[in-house]
This record gives sequence, C-alpha cells and structure tokens, in this order.
Amino acid sequence: MASLVAKDAEREAPRGLGHVAFILVMVAVAAVVFMITRSIGNSYAFFAAYVVVQYMVLGTAWNILGGYTGYVNFGVTAFFAIGAYSTVVLHKLTPWMPLPAMILIGGVMAALVGLGTGYLTLRLRGVFFSIATLALAVVVQTLITNWDFVGGARGAYVMRPRIAPLIGGDYIQYLFLVMLGLCVIALATARAIERSALGYGFAAIRDDEAAAEASGVPTLGLKLIATALSGGFMGMAGAPLPYYVTYLDPSSGFSLNYAVNAIAMPLIGGTSSWLGPIVGAILVGGLQEYIRVTISSAVNVLVAGVLMVAFVILAPQGIVGLFQRKKR
Amino acid sequence: MDASADLLINALISGLLLGGFYAAVSVGVAISFGMLDIVNIAHPAVILLGSYVAFIGNTVFGIDPILATVITLPVFYLLGMVAYQVYYVAFERRDDQSLRGLSFFFGILFIAEVGLILSFGVDYRSVQAWYVSGNLNLGIIELPWRLLVPFLLGMAMVVGLQLYLSRTFIGRAIQAVAQDQQALRLMAANPTKIKRIAFGLSFATAALGGAALIIIQPVEPSIGREYIGRVFAICVLGGLGSFPGMMIAAVTLGIVENLTATFFGPSWAPAVAFGVLLVTLAVRPSGILGR
Amino acid sequence: MTALLHVEKVGKRFGGFVALQDIDLEVQPGERLGLIGPNGSGKSTLVNCICGTLRNEQGSVSFGGAAMDGLTAHQRTRLGLARSFQLPRPFGSLTLAENLRIPILYAVNARGERTLSGAAIDARCLELLGQVGLADKARQMPRDLTQIEMRKLELARAMAADPKLLISDEAMAGLSHAEVDEILALLIRLNGQGVTVIMIEHIMRAVMAFSQRLAVLVAGRKIADGDPKAVVREPEVVRAYLGE
Ligand SMILES: Nc1ncnc2c1ncn2[C@@H]1O[C@H](COP(=O)(O)OP(=O)(O)OP(=O)(O)O)[C@@H](O)[C@H]1O
Ligand SMILES: [Mg+2]
Repeated sequence: MASLVAKDAEREAPRGLGHVAFILVMVAVAAVVFMITRSIGNSYAFFAAYVVVQYMVLGTAWNILGGYTGYVNFGVTAFFAIGAYSTVVLHKLTPWMPLPAMILIGGVMAALVGLGTGYLTLRLRGVFFSIATLALAVVVQTLITNWDFVGGARGAYVMRPRIAPLIGGDYIQYLFLVMLGLCVIALATARAIERSALGYGFAAIRDDEAAAEASGVPTLGLKLIATALSGGFMGMAGAPLPYYVTYLDPSSGFSLNYAVNAIAMPLIGGTSSWLGPIVGAILVGGLQEYIRVTISSAVNVLVAGVLMVAFVILAPQGIVGLFQRKKR
Repeated sequence: MDASADLLINALISGLLLGGFYAAVSVGVAISFGMLDIVNIAHPAVILLGSYVAFIGNTVFGIDPILATVITLPVFYLLGMVAYQVYYVAFERRDDQSLRGLSFFFGILFIAEVGLILSFGVDYRSVQAWYVSGNLNLGIIELPWRLLVPFLLGMAMVVGLQLYLSRTFIGRAIQAVAQDQQALRLMAANPTKIKRIAFGLSFATAALGGAALIIIQPVEPSIGREYIGRVFAICVLGGLGSFPGMMIAAVTLGIVENLTATFFGPSWAPAVAFGVLLVTLAVRPSGILGR
Repeated sequence: MTALLHVEKVGKRFGGFVALQDIDLEVQPGERLGLIGPNGSGKSTLVNCICGTLRNEQGSVSFGGAAMDGLTAHQRTRLGLARSFQLPRPFGSLTLAENLRIPILYAVNARGERTLSGAAIDARCLELLGQVGLADKARQMPRDLTQIEMRKLELARAMAADPKLLISDEAMAGLSHAEVDEILALLIRLNGQGVTVIMIEHIMRAVMAFSQRLAVLVAGRKIADGDPKAVVREPEVVRAYLGE
C-alpha cells in the first residue's frame, strides 16, 4: 500500500495547527466535554452525549469516503453492525478482553468487508458501488438474523459491567470516554488526510476520475483505502453498542436511522472538511434529542431526513460551506 | 423423493409467477435507471405508497385495490414529474447527481418510510378482493390467484410499456434520451420534458406495482427496503434499460428466491437478491443480455 | 535507435463501430510528431488507447521498450506518458495551483527519481502556470477560467507530470494567433529539453511549423506517415481533407 501513496515527507506548511497540536487541542476539548457531562451528575447526560459523539464518528467515517472521494456508502448499518456484532461474539468468547481491543477488532472486521465490497464494485461507476452497499446492508442483516450464536432474530443480551474501569463510576461513563477517544482519533485522521497527498488524491478522484488516473493517481487503490478507512471507523463506532444497549437484535442494530444520520450529518454540516460532520452531528443530534424530549420520538427520526433533503437542495455546500466561501 | 420433486415444481411455478410481479415493480426502475440514468433508490417508497393507496381505497371506500390505484395514477404521474423537476434543478443541472442526488433519494426513501409509520403504524396491512385467496385449478397444478393476478398485471404493464416506447414519438424519445441528447434536440424534443414524462411514468408503474405487492402479501412501511435490492438486482442483471432482459432477470430471481425459501428457509430469501446483485456487479456488470 | 513509443496493429471498437483499425505508429525519442485527421477520425481515441484511458481490443502499445498492455493509466503516466484532454477535465474543487499539484505528487514524486516537497511543489506549480500564462490565476478555481484558459491548464497539468512523451490533444483550438505562437514556442522549447511531443491539431499552420514528421488518420486508419511537406501533398490526404 505504501507505494500507492505519493511520498510527501513534508507537506506545504500546514494551515493552522500542526497535527500534534491539533490532537492535543482535541484531547483537551474532549476532556472538557467529559468533565462537563460528569458535572451534570446523572447518567442520562452520558447516554445522550454518547449518541451524539457516536454520530460524530459515524459521520466522519462516512465523509472520508463520501465527502472526500464522492462515493456514496448507503450501507453504513452493515459496517456499524459488523462492529457491534463482533463485540457480541467477543463478549461471549473472550469476556475478559478490554473494550478498546474489541473496538479495534470490530474496526478491522468492518474494514475488511469494506475492502471486499470495494474490490468487487469500485471499478464500476459510483452508483453501482452505492447500490451494492445498500445490498450489503441486507446481506449482512440476513446473515446475522440466521446466525444463532449471536442470538439470530431473537437478539442477544450483553451484560454491561457495573463499574467503569480506570475512572470508576457508572460503566456508561467509560463507554462515553472511549467513544470520545475514538472521535478524537477519527477527526485527527480525517484532518490529516485532508492535508496529505492522500487528500489531494481523493479530491482528484471526486472531481474527475479519468483525469486523476491520467495524472498518476492510482484511483482504485485510493478508493480502497478510503473504503477500508471509512468502513473501519464505522465498525469501531458500532463496537461499543452492545454494552450501550445491553440488548441487541438485528432490527435495532440495522436500523435505517444509523445510515440516515451518518449521511445527513456530513451533508448538512458540509462535506469538504473534517469540521462539517462535527457541526452536522452537534446540530442534528442536539435537535433530535430536543425533539425527542419535547415532542415525540417518532418525529425526531424524521429530522435528519428532512434536513438532509433540504440541505442537499438548498445549501449543497452545507453549513461550513456557507461560512467559508472558498473550499480548501 | 416425490415430495421434494413436488416442492421443486411448486417452487418453480410460483417463482415464475413471482417473477411477473417483480417485473411490475422493476419496470419503473428500468425506465428511470436504465433509460434516464437516474438512480431513484426511493422507488420502493413509491411502490409502498401505491400499496397504501390500494389499502385505503379498499378498506375505506370498499373498491377493488387495483382499481383504487389506477384511479390515482395521474397523481403519481404528476408526483413523478415534480420529483424529476426538483432533481433536475437541484442536481442534474448542477452536475451533482452522484453525491447529493443519490442522497436526496435516500432521504426521500427514509422520509416516506417514517411518514408511513407515523400515519399507519408498523402493523401489517392487507386488502380484500376475490383474488386474494383461492386458486385457479388447472387439473395437475393449482395456481393461487394471489400470485396469478399480479403476474398478469406485471406482464400487461411490461407489454404495454414496450409498445408505448417503441411505437410512439415520445416513447422513442424516452429511449433515445440517455443515448443522445443532441440528436433529441435536433428532433425538436426537449430532453428535460421527455425525462419529466418518463419519470412520471416510472412513478405510475411503481404505484401499480404497489397494488400488486399488497395483493401478494400484507405490507408494513419498512418492507420497501427489501425491494431496493430486488428491483436494482433485476435491472442490473437484465442489462439496464432492456425489458426482455429485465423479464428474464425477474423470473430468474423469483425462481431462485423461491427455491432458496423452500430448501433453506424463508429467512434466507432476502439475501438472494442482494447476493445476485453483488455477483452480477462483480462478474458481469453489463447484465445477462449485455455485450 | 529503438523507438520510444511503439504502437502495433491497434484496433478499438465502440459497440459495432470501428473507431481504430490496424494502427501502426512509431515515435523516436526526442521527436516532434504531428497527428492530424478529420473530425471523428479517431485521433483522441488513439491517445486514449496509448495512455490507458481506454482499452484497445486489438494490438499492443509499448513505451520505452516496455509493453503497456494491461497497465492502468496511472501506471503509464508514472512511466512518463502524459496527455492533455481535448475537452478540458480540470479538478473542479481545486485551485489551479492545486490542479498541478496532483501530477507532481502522484506522478513525479511517485516515480521516486526526485521528490519535491513543500515550497518546491508550490514553486514548480507557479513556474508551470507561468509557462502557459496563467501565473496570476494560481489561486483561482477552474470554473473561473474561460474555455481557452482551461486548455492551457490541461497542457500545464500534463507537463507537470514531467513526461518523457507528451501528447497534446488540440491544446490550441480557439486560441488567438499570438497565443498559438506562444504555445507552439512552449512545446518546441519543451522538446528542446528532451521531451518527445505528439501534437494533435487542426490548425495546419501550427502543425506544419511544429512537426518533424506527420501522421494522418482517416476513419480509424492511418493513411499517411512521413515528411510533413510530402504527406500533405499525398492525393489520399488531400482527398480526405477536401472531401470534408
Ligand atoms: N466513448 C465513445 N463511445 C462511442 N463512440 C465514441 C466514443 N469516443 C469516440 N467515439 C467515436 O469514435 C470516433 C472517433 O472519435 P475521436 O474522438 O477519436 O475522433 P477525433 O479524431 O479525436 O475527432 P476530433 O478531431 O473531433 O477531436 C467518433 O466517431 C466518435 O463518435
Ligand atoms: Mg479528438
């Protein structure tokens, strides 16, 4: 893989912060968010915040492929559920395994499925890839529904440990902390890609694939990298889910909500930079939480869909695009 | 042995009938995707809308489910024209079909599904008509009307559309639109208008397909998702835009699904379409009748 | 001396339509070849087959002694084959300078002979833009360019790949008299630096001034190849053009 990507030891002077500084700032922000959530003092705050941060990871993951290379993955639920069910399996086989290790394994599984799907379909026009990902979601769901080891259609119960390791307190605090960490990693990755040769290669693919090839860009290889990264992060976002819900069945694990939110958030926030999915996740996630509490949980799922349709028609550059006129 | 031969014959026949029905729900995609090159993944949502229209017409007004949908076809046609106009203005003209155009239809699919859940709940709904139960007895075999009527409806739609597309000016223009917009302009036909008409037709066929769907089986709002894979698998396998290819693909899928359900259990059936789709894309993306 | 580019019996069909048939073509290192032919004669299709943008069903292409068949377009670009597209295909979301950055990162740097980084890339992009007269637009987006400026950007992007063989597909169409001379001088200068150039052009004045050798395609076949002055007098060539 290394030879696929052009060598670029030092890039142009990075605009704004360097990579390390960015990660430090993000870690600080995550720490502050965690402290604030903890200071609220009830576990509802953690449960709500976990969902928003999970969507930040999902949205960022989707955007690495969708926003940067222009390939639409509708099979978010497949990758997400692969991560989740990989944890169900690990929980049964190796209950002693620490959560971050389970997340890593879930991510690798999802990345491999992404690679496979991509390898089969990424030579074709982009729409075929998109249709194939829709198909993938149902294939994976059917497999899981028929797999008794993970509960089949009945679903699986996963006991959540009572006490959080390392930090003490309720286990949801630990889940939230882990998800925050994952979010920092996902954001740092996305931002690093944007500023690297890889990011330029992705942009060239998005703009014109034949011209990209003619300019030396190994389009298939780069698309596979994007698909694997994107799928991997989706899997990682899903891996802690069994401990969050404690009961996981195919119809909830494969809920279309995950896909719609993961696609809507970058499109609403803006697909051209790492900031877009974050802005979208905060806005949509916050709004959904608000509507769920004030109006009804039935209406809240509509929000993402309606906002997404409105944005793609009326503000295709998303919120971030509205503020910065020129891209990149 | 005899029992399994019986099962096999039964699966083949009902698979064939199912294939006719699949053609009814896929023919709209053969138009929109195959001829207009618009990937309307919200197509199944329109199918379901058709099913629910049949359901309302049948339960509230007591009319025949197919008739109920036929009465509302002009509405679906208009809806399709509006949908294309929005798509054209917002995506095609901006040349942003792949990312935002696809997401647009995905959003519509989701909104329609949630909208149906909010209005009708998640219960299964069905219709009453003489053909929903009972069989046509042909001596050796019995054909359930429930499958036969959608099959005939599907065949009638495909044959009718094929005639329309090959015999009328607008029909020929629709077939030409994806290939050569320039030539179309020379024929003094406005490509946007042609596409609008075609998209309206695509919606109308979806609604009729929806009536067929609710005759075959009770429906609930999320059932549409299963049909995304089916209709696209059929159209891709059939070679985009070719009705004969689509018919072959639809019948093939119907039979393979039925065999799968018979010999491995119904819970595996949904994966068949998607498996077929993935394999087709990987091995022969131009479809069975493709070059 | 072995040929740099060797095209042998190349054939290409689109459905039932034969776009290229039995094309043989050799280009020597350092040569300036003109390629002409009426509209639709297959010139761009030949470029696409040489560069791997399209796959030819028949025949083979070798470059620098190595067979190109089966290699993807980006692999050929990295080996030193670069082309401009007749209908400009800029990277729409990147600035002009960033457009040139792509081949520098992915062709020049990936080749590994020399690796540009940071400021050197920026300088090289500006230098190339300057050569085609677009230096003052380095930070603009392609959508702000005229069609003619996009042609120049196409050429600059092909040059940015540091090719051994540059194929310019109608880079001059629509340019003013003075601009044609500018691009002509640029291509000749490039050739003087050792780059082999194939120029596809309808502007005969430029073709005749440029070419050391001239090849003519008509309806997917090569009907003439040789000294430019002699080739344009060949009856078959004259007929193909007057017959238009
Ligand atoms: N992708 C394609 N599909 C079908 N036909 C094609 C395709 N590309 C080119 N053709 C046809 O092949 C023939 C040769 O086209 P080509 O573009 O190579 O001609 P050309 O010599 O470059 O013409 P021009 O001087 O106008 O650029 C034309 O008849 C064209 O219509
Ligand atoms: Mg040409």
